Amino acid sequence: MNAVSALAARSWANLRNEVLVLPSRIAVLVWALALLLLPLVWGDAYVMRVITMAAIFAIFAASWDLLAGYSGQVSFGHAIFFGVGAYTSALLSKHFDLSPWLTMPIGAAAAVLCGMLVGLLCLRMRGSYLSLATMSFPLILLGLLFALPELSGGELGISGVRRAVVSPVSNYYLAVVVMLASVFGIWKIGDSKFGLILHAIREDEVACRASGINTPRYKVLAFLLSASFAGIAGALFAHFMRLAGPSTLELALSFQVVIWCVFGGMATVYGPVLAVFILYPLTDFLGGFDLFRDVRLLVFAVIVLLVLLFMPRGLGPWLRDRAERVCPRCKSRNVFTRKQCRLCEAELR
Amino acid sequence: MFQDILVTGLVNGGIYALLAVGFSLIFGVARIVNIAHTAFYMLSAYAFYFLLVKVGMNFAVASLLAVVLVVAVSMLCYKLVIEPVREHHAAVLIATIALGLIFQESLLIGFGGHYIGIPGAIDGFAAIAGVRVSYQRLIILVVAAVALSGTWLLLHHSRFGLAIRAAANDLEIANLMGMNVKRIAMFTVGVSVGLAAIAGVVVAPVYVVDPLMWQTPLVIMLAIVVLGGLGSIQGSLVGAFIISYVEAITVFAVPSGAYLKGAVALSIMVAVLLWKPEGLFGVVFEEER
Repeated sequence: MNAVSALAARSWANLRNEVLVLPSRIAVLVWALALLLLPLVWGDAYVMRVITMAAIFAIFAASWDLLAGYSGQVSFGHAIFFGVGAYTSALLSKHFDLSPWLTMPIGAAAAVLCGMLVGLLCLRMRGSYLSLATMSFPLILLGLLFALPELSGGELGISGVRRAVVSPVSNYYLAVVVMLASVFGIWKIGDSKFGLILHAIREDEVACRASGINTPRYKVLAFLLSASFAGIAGALFAHFMRLAGPSTLELALSFQVVIWCVFGGMATVYGPVLAVFILYPLTDFLGGFDLFRDVRLLVFAVIVLLVLLFMPRGLGPWLRDRAERVCPRCKSRNVFTRKQCRLCEAELR
Repeated sequence: MFQDILVTGLVNGGIYALLAVGFSLIFGVARIVNIAHTAFYMLSAYAFYFLLVKVGMNFAVASLLAVVLVVAVSMLCYKLVIEPVREHHAAVLIATIALGLIFQESLLIGFGGHYIGIPGAIDGFAAIAGVRVSYQRLIILVVAAVALSGTWLLLHHSRFGLAIRAAANDLEIANLMGMNVKRIAMFTVGVSVGLAAIAGVVVAPVYVVDPLMWQTPLVIMLAIVVLGGLGSIQGSLVGAFIISYVEAITVFAVPSGAYLKGAVALSIMVAVLLWKPEGLFGVVFEEER
């Protein structure tokens, strides 16, 4: 009993001193709790569906951020990992009638293999060459799938894939819980020593190599990790939509993820997730009105353009800079209302 | 079949070369990866259709006016959208993707999503080496050749061309030598999009014109440019014909080749990049820091 209360006291102190002092951390906490509690107060099927999709795409966007934002390998063909995850799990589920709980991890594993291949191929390239070369990978795969319609279903894709869980609410919880775990995992990876090395590779690869870091290994690892999360997202997508079609490999999806991440703010993890949770429901919601159905994508593009012009670093960091300021002496963050730093008591400008 | 491959490759190669050379020009000068490049090509096809069919102008006036209009639009877009974010590489990418989507959706609203048929300048066929080639395709070939040689003359025999080459060589030094780099970049955008607009006008009667027509050539154009070496005009020319012939051979000689032509062309690009990561004619830069 004592141990339990001590643990409770410790976690409460942690919560009060570490989380509740910064608006950004409060926002993340409130967002996670709200997602978990939402079905209890508002179980509308349409809302469940939109947020489930947003959660799936949030994993995908965060995985791109790990690769492009952290290690600077700006891939324009991230859809290949999503598509490989989706097609693999759909094919296994369809032809071998395996349980979705088995096909989803296998789909992610296939995406990891694919990530290793792409990562090894991309080691020799950098910058714009890498972006444009990666763009071609999903399109090559798409061409092969179209050439083998018996296997892939051609333009229609593989439909009638089994769902892992049946009701909308349980699908919602599956996607949201996997999303929270993955995004937390990606954030942890980005915060670790590994993430630091990825930052270093992006900033200056030569200096990084000169400091004795095996940069090719880290770059391939970044591809592997990023591909695994994107593969999970793809497998979830296939089992939720009950469909793995060409749309999972198209250029539009690869561009979409780039838009989300740049809009939200690169190399932040929270930025892309924020962007998906704003932009995906917004475009879906606007599509519901007759007035907006035709101009939906137009509105989307204009919003993105305006955000870029006024906040080039993305929405997430922009908001965070408004709500918090950095202590000039110890570089820790403080609420914008404070006059003194909460850690070193230096005067805040 | 051999003659078919020869002629198809030549005609498509001309179009691809127009697109890729324009893209290379602006990449070389301002390091802008202009995803909206082929959207301007689509825009000019639509402008041509509007002026020719809806307004009822004759061919020469409509095509000339379409190109001029699109060039003006592109320079305006550059001034308003690209220049403010030019320092941020990722932002430029997104901005140009967004521009492309804006054009696509505007055309979808303005003209509808269906295919638009545009009459050719001259109907009928010519027989060359046993292959029937429509006059419109011959026009494409001639126009492409004229436009590309015009660009070469502009680049190598005019003060403006000298300025473009200087800026492409080193933008900062060009700036230090007192050149108005911003204006050079803007006019280069004009020239670069002008080439795409010319391509758009001449292909309009041959290809399908619909609001998604910019996506397929976009991928192929990027493949060509990377294959030839980013920013290298010579490389873009060679790359355009390599890719167009690979496509033509795949379509005519491989079963279900129409699906595979893009995949094969892109695989060739990847293969070349693995062998020469800077492309065929690319320059190996010292690592930029």
